[in-house]
Amino acid sequence: MNRIDRTFARLREQGRKALIPFVTAGFPSVETTRALLPALVRAGADLIELGIPFSDPMADGPTIQRASERALAQGMTLARVLDLVRDFRRTDADTPVVLMGYANPIEAMGEARFVEAAREAGVDGVLTVDYPPQEAEPFAARLREAGLHPIFLLAPTSRPERADEVARLGGGYVYYVSLTGVTGAGSLDVASVLARIPGLRERTGLPIAVGFGIRDAQTAAEIGAVADAVVIGSRLLETLEGASDADEACRRVESFLRPIRRTLDEGVTR
Amino acid sequence: MDYHYPDARGHFGPYGGVYVAETLVPALEALAQAYEEAKRDASFRAEFEDELKHYVGRPSPIYHAKRWSETLGGAQIYLKREDLNHTGAHKINNCIGQALLARRMGKPRVIAETGAGQHGVATATVAARYGMRCIVYMGEEDVHRQAANVYRMKLLGAEVVPVSSGSRTLKDALNEAMRDWVTNVHDTFYILGTVAGPHPYPEMVRDFQSVIGKECLWQMPELIGRQPDYVIACVGGGSNAIGIFYPYLEHESVRLIGVEAAGEGVETGRHAATLVAGRPGVLHGNRTYLLQDEHGQIRETHSISAGLDYPGVGPEHALLKDLGRAEYVAVTDDEALAAFHALCRYEGIIPALESSHALAYAAKLAPSLPRETVLLVNLSGRGDKDMHTVAERSGIRW
Repeated sequence: MNRIDRTFARLREQGRKALIPFVTAGFPSVETTRALLPALVRAGADLIELGIPFSDPMADGPTIQRASERALAQGMTLARVLDLVRDFRRTDADTPVVLMGYANPIEAMGEARFVEAAREAGVDGVLTVDYPPQEAEPFAARLREAGLHPIFLLAPTSRPERADEVARLGGGYVYYVSLTGVTGAGSLDVASVLARIPGLRERTGLPIAVGFGIRDAQTAAEIGAVADAVVIGSRLLETLEGASDADEACRRVESFLRPIRRTLDEGVTR
Repeated sequence: MDYHYPDARGHFGPYGGVYVAETLVPALEALAQAYEEAKRDASFRAEFEDELKHYVGRPSPIYHAKRWSETLGGAQIYLKREDLNHTGAHKINNCIGQALLARRMGKPRVIAETGAGQHGVATATVAARYGMRCIVYMGEEDVHRQAANVYRMKLLGAEVVPVSSGSRTLKDALNEAMRDWVTNVHDTFYILGTVAGPHPYPEMVRDFQSVIGKECLWQMPELIGRQPDYVIACVGGGSNAIGIFYPYLEHESVRLIGVEAAGEGVETGRHAATLVAGRPGVLHGNRTYLLQDEHGQIRETHSISAGLDYPGVGPEHALLKDLGRAEYVAVTDDEALAAFHALCRYEGIIPALESSHALAYAAKLAPSLPRETVLLVNLSGRGDKDMHTVAERSGIRW
């Protein structure tokens, strides 16, 4: 059983919601990311989204753009992202890791080679931002054959039938983009997000994660009251900017994430 | 030639498609549907043609560059004078089409990306003409290289937003325009300037630009009693080239040659010759040839011409290359400059540096061919905007 399914099954039993931090691999440095992955788990992460840096991150706002540029300047490559996952798996056999990125670095490695290397490294799911379902059928099939989940986005603008496509091709969870904009934008309308989720549930049995624009514990708890998971990316990366070393970075993410974890758990029992 | 591309999902064989984040998928579906309806609507077509005639000044003439041809001593060179269009380049053809579509879809705000500034100027122009708000994204690097066009856009009432991410050139301006579109999709129409991007842009921009080749199809027989032997056009994203190539695809005796920017030389790595030296991948919403490193990161490109300084290329060119229906070559900055000066001195025409690449290849080819051979070169834009670049290169202060 895929770690993502196991994690959501366990959380459901416990009546808890998943906290999913997103970090760009290699930001602010490769060493920091290596130290950060276990630190995220210590701080309460249930699943980690690890960003594959790309030179042209069309769907990302300034924070993740900067993080990607910085990571690439440090010599980050897809092969090294997989090395980071492999290292993480030596000490953590349970926390799911989802790679999130753009199609071109994956295609440059070769889809088949990538899927095999990702499986072997201990990756559990792949979210390719610029592979919408209609272009992703062969890639999704390849991932599923290897026991990995293809994860898809749905947006406020998506027609209801898009959820059927995602339910047919995808696995793991559905990533619901909480706003019409790029990552890290500041105009999240909680009420409209919450209004969309019941409709999605009618069309897919997959857990629903919400991301893009969740910046604080309060919003996380409000979203978590209805969704199955909240994703926090840009705001988390902002806390890393200017960290002097890996220890400092770990301390910062732990002190940022712990209150969110707490509020998310309290929010649900309240 | 049995050629029916793209398919219903926007694929040109293995190229093209809709490789975008989900948020944009519905907007592109709505655009594709609106375009399908518009192109079947006789009144839309009539208005487009009327605007091209009275506002753009079409048809643009074809001119026999006799003196230059004689100097080169071989084939005869004919120029399709897109430089004589309103705003000085072919870009306006597409902008008129898309602005009419924006109006039809009820979108009051238009955005565009621009490299050399020609597409930005053309977009600002049509936005003024139709009373739309206009925002143009332009790489910081290009804002400096093309100061005159920046001022021109501002005069026309557009807001020019410098883009400081990535390599600060056209590709980054395109990223930023996409980000704007994803954020403001409810009231905004993205007027994309070339035959790249997600479906339906490559098809739609091709259709609007095809007026160039369609005119040539009747103008050449009027001039010389037959079609040309070669059609030559520069290729950055590839809109002027597709515009003149597409109506000629079925005329299989006509050789189609796309000329890319070899910059300082393809072997130096400082170039923008995507089809000559790239390999397929996914960028800006479509699958096509790209200049990329071994890890799939997009490479910085170089060309003296900002309009060719782009690491991708329209997916239809990728297909035409694979099919062998068009050939793609590259000429260097220096070769393009030499052709630029030659056209100034022999014909009294100042060509855009982009178009100078097509001219340079014609100049290479002509001497090896008999006098009866006819080369039709798409003179896609005029060179006023490039005065500064050329003067600087020649060590002239002005």
